[in-house]
Amino acid sequence: MKGDHHVILRVVAKALIPIIALYGFYVHFHGEYSPGGGFQAGVILAVCVILYSLIFGIAPTMRAITPGFARFIAGLGFIIYVGVGFWALAMGGNFLDYDALFREEPGGHLGQHTGIIVIEIGVLFAVAGSMVTIFYAFAGRVSEIRDEDW
Amino acid sequence: MIELISSMVPDALAAHAPALLIAIPMLMAPIAAFMPSGRIAWILSILATGFSLVMAIVLVSQVQSIEGGAVISYAMGGWRPDAGIEFRIDALNSMILLLVSTIGFLAAIFSWPTVLAEIREAKTAMFYSAYLVCFTGLAGVASTGDAFNLFVFLEISSIATYVLVALGASRDRRALPAAGNYLLLGTIGASFFVVGVGFLYAATGTLNMAELAIRLEAVQDNKAVLAGYAFIVVGLGIKAAMFPLHQWLPNAYAYSPSFVTMFLAATATKVALYALVRFLFTVFGLEFAFEGSTLIWILMPMGIAAMIACSFQAVFQTDVRRTLAYSSVAQVGYMLLGISIGTAAGVSAGLFHLVNHALIKGALFMALAGVVLTYQGTSLQDMRGLGRSSPWTMTAFAIGAVSLIGVPLTAGFQSKYVLVTALFEHGWWWAVAVVMFSSLLAVVYMGRILEAVFFRAPTNPNKRHKEAPLLILIPLWILALANIWVGVQGGFVAGLADGAAASLFIGGAS
Repeated sequence: MKGDHHVILRVVAKALIPIIALYGFYVHFHGEYSPGGGFQAGVILAVCVILYSLIFGIAPTMRAITPGFARFIAGLGFIIYVGVGFWALAMGGNFLDYDALFREEPGGHLGQHTGIIVIEIGVLFAVAGSMVTIFYAFAGRVSEIRDEDW
Repeated sequence: MIELISSMVPDALAAHAPALLIAIPMLMAPIAAFMPSGRIAWILSILATGFSLVMAIVLVSQVQSIEGGAVISYAMGGWRPDAGIEFRIDALNSMILLLVSTIGFLAAIFSWPTVLAEIREAKTAMFYSAYLVCFTGLAGVASTGDAFNLFVFLEISSIATYVLVALGASRDRRALPAAGNYLLLGTIGASFFVVGVGFLYAATGTLNMAELAIRLEAVQDNKAVLAGYAFIVVGLGIKAAMFPLHQWLPNAYAYSPSFVTMFLAATATKVALYALVRFLFTVFGLEFAFEGSTLIWILMPMGIAAMIACSFQAVFQTDVRRTLAYSSVAQVGYMLLGISIGTAAGVSAGLFHLVNHALIKGALFMALAGVVLTYQGTSLQDMRGLGRSSPWTMTAFAIGAVSLIGVPLTAGFQSKYVLVTALFEHGWWWAVAVVMFSSLLAVVYMGRILEAVFFRAPTNPNKRHKEAPLLILIPLWILALANIWVGVQGGFVAGLADGAAASLFIGGAS
């Protein structure tokens, strides 16, 4: 690897990316007790992918996480979110009524806990998937006029 | 009819109609995006919008079940209305929901041939997904009772709309700058709106519209409330293409895929106008909006300016879609004029015209979509001689055209008649003259098109226009016949509009 200017970048990024991902999950699951939650965590997770592609190139990133997969994750998150709404409807509550999820007695908190966690997972998926998709759309754009045509 | 359909819906569904109307298309949108072929996505979107239509019919019958109009309140997530998000359906909401879902359903049915011709195969599934998201957003705006939630739905629909408009690029590259323009102006409008809502929240501490209406009475002189009021009117004015703020509209309508043009022309500006009416009358209240401030001296001149200036602009367009787009801005002027009278009759006339104009423009743009199938463009030259080669499409187009002009026995006549009556009652006889003059201009610009269609020889006899496929013809004729039905027996739609206006004036803060 003679003349590789980016060796420091690559080494540091390799060390940092897993930590960033871990931090993303921390923000997600600690969102119940501290600022954070699915949206912020989704952005941080997407940042991992974006950082990887900035350092190692867009092509290997797209091989690891295909654009189709990113879109699938985004859509899946959306379905999870709406799905909780329909789950509550199916259990006889209003749309998105977490209390109805398990038909608890008043005072029970299981529904509220489960509901918000599932919802946040949906948000995490949707945000991370959308961010990566948007990044791919910009970064992977092939210019319509070839350079020779100028 | 309405009772029959709503009686067939099980109670369990009917009780959750406000939520299901939004939630089913919302769920179908990502599912449609995953579909391997566009055809399945198309069928899914028909099913979803059809379901929403049934739910809207249920809501109309629920609202009409009580004399004077019931108010259906649906607590999202089981939260108390003033703490969480409330869906609040009164006569006005149910009317707009019925309009949006009817148009959405018909648009979904007719879309397939045009989408096949204008959108790249690989993108059709995503296209329908975006359409469903747009539909969800518009229906959401029309049903929510929460000011911030209204902003969210407005943005959901707008962002999907930018995508839909930009997809016209495969037919005409100018769709891209048009979508860019629309994106910029639409975002400015939405930001203004949310800033205004922020001011109201700061002054009152609530986002629920009914609650806002009560609490605003105490703080009417507050400068923050006044600023918020101005921001909201301008923000929603951009979205509704109020006269000087309409620059995004003609290009967006002219270059987007023809299906999108039809759907947007019939719903998007209408829903924004609904939001404006909702804020003016319910949230701020008649006294604040009209007497405490000088709104009447803004809305009325803007409406009249739109009616005249944009009708003139429509006369000088060479592309039929641009003619119709400018005419849309002019028609928004009629609605604003009706609303600016500030009486129940005036608002009712404005809303009546809102529904009729959706039927008119829906039919016109649907017929144009059939033309686009043969000719890539819709310039006036392309229209020549079409009356002979495709009589069914063009007859429906002509019905829409005479309805736009306001010939008796059509929907356009009914609502203009109601508008003129309301103007006379208010003593604005000079405005009646303006309405007449603007209608004359409509005769000129629609007459030019009709003349080309029926009395000119085809420019290029080798490129014969075929009749539009049945999938287009059937929804097209449903809309065309609806124009005549409303024109001959306008009781149903006029009743909806009257009920909606009454709910604004009596319902007030209750």
